[in-house]
Amino acid sequence: MSHSSGNGAKRELSLTVNGKPETVRVFPMERLLDVLRQELGLTGTKEGCGEGECGSCSVLMDGKLVNSCLIPALQAAGANLTTIEGVAEGPQLSALQAAFLECGGAQCGICTPGMILSASHLLKKKPEPTLDDIREALAGNLCRCTGYMQIFEAVAEAARRKSSV
Amino acid sequence: MRSDPADYELIAPGTLQAVVALLADEPGKWLPIAGGTDLMVLYAAGKLPARKLVSIWNLAELRGIEVLPDEIRIGAGCTYTELREHDVIAQEFPLLTSAARWTGGIANQNRGTLGGNIVNASPAADSLPALLAYEAELILVSVRGERRVPYVGFHTGYKKMKLAPDELICAICLRRVFSKYLHYSRKVGARNAQAISKVCVAALGRLRGGVGGGGDAIDDVRIALGSVAPVPLRLTEVERMVSGKSVDPELVKLARIAVAAAIQPIDDIRSTARYRAAVAGNLIAEFLEQLRATWKPA
Amino acid sequence: MTEEHIIGKSVPRKEGRAKVTGAARYIDDMTMPGMLYGATVRSQIPRGTIKEISFDAQINWSEFVTVTAKDIPGKNCIALIGDDQPCLAEGTVNHPEEPIMLLAHADPHLLRKAVDAVSIEYEPLPAIFTIEESERRSQIIWGTDNTLKTFLISKGDVDSVWAKADYIVEGEYTTGAQEQLYIENNGVIAVFDREQGITVWGSLQCPYYVHKALMALCNLPAEKVRVVQAETGGAFGGKEDYPSIIAGHAALLAMKSGRPVKIVYDRLEDMTATTKRHPSRTRHRTAVSKDGKILGGEIDFTIDGGAYATLSSVVLSRGTIHAGGPYYWPSVRIHGKAVATNAPPHGAFRGFGAPQSLFAMERHMDRIAQVVGLSPVEVRRRNFLKPGQTTTTEQTIREEIDLGKLLDRALELSDYTAKKARFARENEAGPTKIGCIKKGMGIAAFLHGAGFTGSGERYLASVVAVEGCVDGGVRVLVSSTEFGQGTNTVLCQIAAEALDLPYDDVRIAQPDTNQVPNSGPTVASRTAMVVGSLVRSAALGIKQTLIASGALGSSYSPQEFRSACRAHIAAHGELRCFARYEAPEGVFWDDQKYRGEAYASFAWAIYVAEVAVDLSTYSATVEDFVALQEVGRVLHPVLAKGQIAGGVAQGIGFALYEKVVWQNGRMQNGQMTNYIMPTSADLPPIRVFFEEMGNVHGAYGAKGIGELPMDGPAPAIVNAIQDAIGDALGTRFDSVPLLPEHIFEAVSANGER
Repeated sequence: MSHSSGNGAKRELSLTVNGKPETVRVFPMERLLDVLRQELGLTGTKEGCGEGECGSCSVLMDGKLVNSCLIPALQAAGANLTTIEGVAEGPQLSALQAAFLECGGAQCGICTPGMILSASHLLKKKPEPTLDDIREALAGNLCRCTGYMQIFEAVAEAARRKSSV
Repeated sequence: MRSDPADYELIAPGTLQAVVALLADEPGKWLPIAGGTDLMVLYAAGKLPARKLVSIWNLAELRGIEVLPDEIRIGAGCTYTELREHDVIAQEFPLLTSAARWTGGIANQNRGTLGGNIVNASPAADSLPALLAYEAELILVSVRGERRVPYVGFHTGYKKMKLAPDELICAICLRRVFSKYLHYSRKVGARNAQAISKVCVAALGRLRGGVGGGGDAIDDVRIALGSVAPVPLRLTEVERMVSGKSVDPELVKLARIAVAAAIQPIDDIRSTARYRAAVAGNLIAEFLEQLRATWKPA
Repeated sequence: MTEEHIIGKSVPRKEGRAKVTGAARYIDDMTMPGMLYGATVRSQIPRGTIKEISFDAQINWSEFVTVTAKDIPGKNCIALIGDDQPCLAEGTVNHPEEPIMLLAHADPHLLRKAVDAVSIEYEPLPAIFTIEESERRSQIIWGTDNTLKTFLISKGDVDSVWAKADYIVEGEYTTGAQEQLYIENNGVIAVFDREQGITVWGSLQCPYYVHKALMALCNLPAEKVRVVQAETGGAFGGKEDYPSIIAGHAALLAMKSGRPVKIVYDRLEDMTATTKRHPSRTRHRTAVSKDGKILGGEIDFTIDGGAYATLSSVVLSRGTIHAGGPYYWPSVRIHGKAVATNAPPHGAFRGFGAPQSLFAMERHMDRIAQVVGLSPVEVRRRNFLKPGQTTTTEQTIREEIDLGKLLDRALELSDYTAKKARFARENEAGPTKIGCIKKGMGIAAFLHGAGFTGSGERYLASVVAVEGCVDGGVRVLVSSTEFGQGTNTVLCQIAAEALDLPYDDVRIAQPDTNQVPNSGPTVASRTAMVVGSLVRSAALGIKQTLIASGALGSSYSPQEFRSACRAHIAAHGELRCFARYEAPEGVFWDDQKYRGEAYASFAWAIYVAEVAVDLSTYSATVEDFVALQEVGRVLHPVLAKGQIAGGVAQGIGFALYEKVVWQNGRMQNGQMTNYIMPTSADLPPIRVFFEEMGNVHGAYGAKGIGELPMDGPAPAIVNAIQDAIGDALGTRFDSVPLLPEHIFEAVSANGER
């Protein structure tokens, strides 16, 4: 097959975002974070560090938590993505979102989208997480405002509510 | 973001065969990228020298963990999460499980690959001491076919390795012979998660007659360290020195001296040479103490 | 006291829903038609003159907007307190990363390349980087003697105490720089229009600070400068004065190009180029009686201000005033000094000088305890301020605070006494061996004055407004900003409480200098206490207006209020009341002698840390943390708890993890990989407890709490480490950050393993 498509050629990539099929025309090395924010206008996913340390850019890709700042667009072709915009069920907040609001899990809010996706990824794998499970699951999401205590409470509370449904 | 995506090419041929053909056609021109957790950081910092990349993410031939009677074969494209979730690895190769668990956070574990960790060859790489301790073998692949090489000695210098420009790591093989050993691993970083290691130890040991029985002399021992030299190290001199001996304070003292002589830690942005040397000695001493404690007299 | 219906309840946050749905829009989420991106060309050397600037021919420079100092319409300075900091370096540079030139282009990638394509040739000058080098004065880099500011607090007769002392205890304590590390980097968007003037949206704490700075820089009158605070992703002081610089840069580019300009920093630029906590050195020399009472002493408190004065005088002021801690000093002399070095200017960070001087005081109390032979608990108990006594600035403590009782409660909550005894036994048992963990307990007792110091609040003369809306609801108008601490929520709670309306009937305007009066900066833990009081007054004002006009009875239902409000607006066009700050009666502050009522109120706290030191890795881990504080009144329990927990987490980082690695004045570890803040896996349970004594000077009895939690963790933790291993080793830990490498050196120096 032909190797070289020439430097600087954009490609058409198809992916599903929050259940909606999308096609974007981007450079293959565009960061998935920038595809979401700039091409698709989904600004809920944030850039905090650009090096995969802070987790503000976390999204779910084919059900797995990933740092979108470290994923080249080409590798997201055909993927199924969930961003913070896809977490609420219509006007109804998810159990996690509601718990974050009530328990003080969000202060300035910049880490919150990534934190909620990370917590949601945990609750899918472990619907009844221990405190240690929660600590470990969120260790890749840095929060400077809360000291994490009320985030742990929010995740535990969300788990309780979901299990009692 | 300090790189311009327009300056880069990234293609995904989709099969291992196509990728190795490309690497043979234009050796040194295309940089393989798997999960990207190392390369994309360089890219964002404007420090990625390569301009053409070929994606090896999700190649079927590099995925999967095969459990055979004598060995397991881990596809080079296996992620840390896949390593963590595999029962046989957890039972028989716990050093690899713990290394996978302390690499980055969950999001990076879902993308980082074992093959990538080897080829990136950071002296601080988390899983490499475990591979040295387990005496892994690598299956390398190119248009010329496959070849199998021992992992010990694979790294010849800082970021230099016995990998031809058109070769990829295809699989990592671990012989299933360590279940009767004590497995000891410890990573020391600046914090409990998401930390580049200051010192990292992976060690295996067995007293004469195996764990829990026989005499108390050391029958077999492997000690590997990260972050104390330009490459991950097997401390063969220390191993030789302690083999056949019983663990007592005198041996531990001698082992410390031998460890200090074998390693070349540096001062860098994260830590100091003196600290690394001291901690390395402490962790090896701790390992030897734990090994001694496995002896239960009849 | 009447039953309050909203104060003291954890009502839903006004600004909360947008944050959990991803709808909240921060600066980098915003674009404007025709927008350009701006970037800054910065100095690569710490000090020198600019010889030549050249532009690589590979770039088509005609496509770029370029701004240098010559393009500045007004004064080339960042107006703050002094005028010494240029907006753009002109001829000389005084710190690494100093801004020299600005570029703008529609393509952010090309812009990045262009920044790298500007080459600057310098004639370097010798630079200085530490407090000691600055004091030596072999290089004068600021003023006549490198001294940015001094203060002297003098009480009683210090010279006479030495002769009477049974012990003279000395100590030197140092703290390093700390990066605020808000997760959202600095960013602004500026728009210029010949008619409207300059409008800036920014991630910022103080819209009116930026407003003032832009007026001077752009040579525009007040009504032609508009500053709007956007959703702000963390600040902690790091966006108090710095935004005036980035806003100034964007404004200049917008003026020159006629296009909107966005400047957003990436993490590396933000860490290396913007402000940090002032490094400090405190020297104590204390005369102590044989029963452990402080007779008097001298305290020498010095901070490193970096290359320009900026906020150093105010940081110094607070640090100097807090240097004596919550203790009674019959006499004391406190010399406060801020010196210049060739580093990017240091600035505001939660605590603002107090964490530095209180670290020293609390470490020193443990040293006094050791010298005199008392426990850390007892020596504090014997020296605590009591009602009726005066502080180091001779402010009389008028409230009935019982610090001994507060201490007792903290000791009980932390199980301090039993644990300390148990750890002492366990530590003793057996030599220091591999795998060995030594544990210790540490206390910090402290106070934090809320609001601006002395005459500061009078100077600010804050104004707030509360108005009725056409739909019958009520709106609060303040320049106080929300950046996670719950400003919007608390101020609406206060207004709702004052008006006896449901919380949902009250809203708050976005801080926009075109719309809101200047209620002062959102700093100094003043928002709930000072601004909240004014909001209460203004709310009561519109209630009075309606009652006085006969539209409302003295008690009314919410529907009645809404109708009355609507009717009033229909008849009169508006319903609005302003409230302006008035200094309380009988409160005097002497700016010359630095004496008198420094703060309208103090919050008081006792923090207790339980720390484990692992002697195989020399790592110290906080295992349990009790944060007990008296805060006047808890207005919103969830928010208040969140403030304390978050502040304690930053304090733990300050103590054990966060080190800025400097080389020639430049931060070397400007990425999150190498600047280490605690993750969720690193923090202990942070157990938060409150006491409420009320406060006549604060809304509904509230005292400021935003910065308080920053003061206690570092000394409590280091005191615990001293308890765990320091005393046994015969070594003292007097510096933060205290890293495993330092603990190793101490252990190694004492021949142990």
